[in-house]
Amino acid sequence: MSAQPPLLETRALAVRIAGKTVCTDLDFTVAAGERLAILGRNGAGKTTLLTTLAGLRPAAAGQILVGGHGYGELGPRGAARQRGWLAQHREDAFGATALEIALTGRHPHLGRWQWESADDADIARAALAAVGLKGFEARDVLTLSGGERQRLAMATLLAQAPQLYLLDEPIAHLDLNHQIALLELFARAAAEGAGVVMSLHDPGLALRYADRALLLYGDGRAELGPADEILTAERLSALYQHPLVAIDVDGRRCFIPC
Amino acid sequence: MPTRRRAVLILAVLAGLALLSIALALSVGSIHIPLSDVFRALVGSDAGMGIDVVRSLRLPRALGGFACGALLALAGALLQVLLRNPLADPYVLGISGGAGVGAMLAILFGLTAAGINGLAFLGALAAMLLVFGLAHGDGGWTQTRLLLTGVIVASGCGAIVALTLSVAPEQKLHGMLFWLMGDLAQGGDPTLPLLALVVILLVALPFARELNLLARGADTALTLGVAITRLRRGVYLVASLATAIVVTYAGSIGFIGLIVPHLVRLSLGNDQRLLLPAAALAGGSLLVVADTLARTVVAPQQLPVGVLTALIGVPVFLYLLARAPLARR
Repeated sequence: MSAQPPLLETRALAVRIAGKTVCTDLDFTVAAGERLAILGRNGAGKTTLLTTLAGLRPAAAGQILVGGHGYGELGPRGAARQRGWLAQHREDAFGATALEIALTGRHPHLGRWQWESADDADIARAALAAVGLKGFEARDVLTLSGGERQRLAMATLLAQAPQLYLLDEPIAHLDLNHQIALLELFARAAAEGAGVVMSLHDPGLALRYADRALLLYGDGRAELGPADEILTAERLSALYQHPLVAIDVDGRRCFIPC
Repeated sequence: MPTRRRAVLILAVLAGLALLSIALALSVGSIHIPLSDVFRALVGSDAGMGIDVVRSLRLPRALGGFACGALLALAGALLQVLLRNPLADPYVLGISGGAGVGAMLAILFGLTAAGINGLAFLGALAAMLLVFGLAHGDGGWTQTRLLLTGVIVASGCGAIVALTLSVAPEQKLHGMLFWLMGDLAQGGDPTLPLLALVVILLVALPFARELNLLARGADTALTLGVAITRLRRGVYLVASLATAIVVTYAGSIGFIGLIVPHLVRLSLGNDQRLLLPAAALAGGSLLVVADTLARTVVAPQQLPVGVLTALIGVPVFLYLLARAPLARR
């Protein structure tokens, strides 16, 4: 066992919510540099699966290993240094500046009595700049738009600097330019050795920005395979229960509902 | 985000103000005692007739008031984070209601002061366990459910208190009403609330940065490495105990637990590492000043101190709210 354990590994994972089965006997690994896209209709269980993978809710059966260790073994703090999670919804009851929020990402790297250092502030500023929020440092989160809050949450995640990114609809609420910029950002993170698991709605973008795709049919069936093999018009038509056609433009494939 | 140095500086200034407020409380009253005599009375050298007034009357009352104000502000700040609701205050979860029921029954049955305190504390503990048990029943725990359970238990207690008041004989009504309004004159030995204040600050401060994350949302906090179940239980326990001790010592003094955390948040920001100790110092000072006014403004008549805290706090709060940058509202 000299090889590095995968960033994420599931063994016979079963996920259920409210009596509904999302998946059973799911085995997969995400190694450094890999990107996995999760696709499925609304309510198929994309978020449930991602929150389970993030250790926020228990699995119905099976194991989830992060860097070779279970969540119980890692503890919240140990887990926070390995995996980062982007929630689908933002909830802010109290105001705070964008820089303060980005700095919360440094929490798992600080000791109990430590305060954020100048280095931490630099990391947070760089993270804000990376998601196009340079100049927003002093802005209050409650005055930001939905898309800006989404990018602020991503900046927090970047400041956390985990090896494994679990992203629930990372590009929802974003303009096209920001969608591509952020998918490129995580592509670079993966190229530098991170692992990325994300739920996406656009199969064309999944094909372009993921190595593999996991299709959740919503009835417990799940299919996993290399993105270019599994993302076909036929399978996607069955997945979304609506006929789709694939169109190739400049070597890029996109899928259009009929 | 304040730096550690700035936080220490601000706390030092607030501690100075707290000492000033206590000095004022020791000096002002039916007999005016100059500050130099107050100081001499404290260090124990001969200070004439003032020594007894300062040492055995005004000092316990000022220290007790300070501890109660600080505990209330602290409990309010903690509960606002726990419930992620800016409207939360120490009484929202029914603890004062439970204490009120205990105290009313004790007065109704003619128990001694110790009996009243004992039953009030038991009532507070019972309400705390009841709310925790009901809100936690199936293992699920949401802020809404906790808040709703607390509010319902509080109004149930309110009904029992009203019932007791309506059947109580005339001569007991005055004592009951004064207990309900909150009053530092009945306090006595301030050791317990002071000790509670120190212990609770020492317990809460190491978790202040985790509380910052909890204020941003439970799932966010959990993914950033906060053991939220343990943290929430701890916060609930600590805030409830603080409230129970204050209510037992001085009745339900309103307003401080709601307004002081907001005052501090508006002027210093929402970093709990600064907010918690600053709210404690500010809450303590405000209650000491209010109590000093309550016993001097229309002396020899004493006003309910809760009225004074509101009369001072409301204009200050509204002023800060109007001019604070949006980031802190």
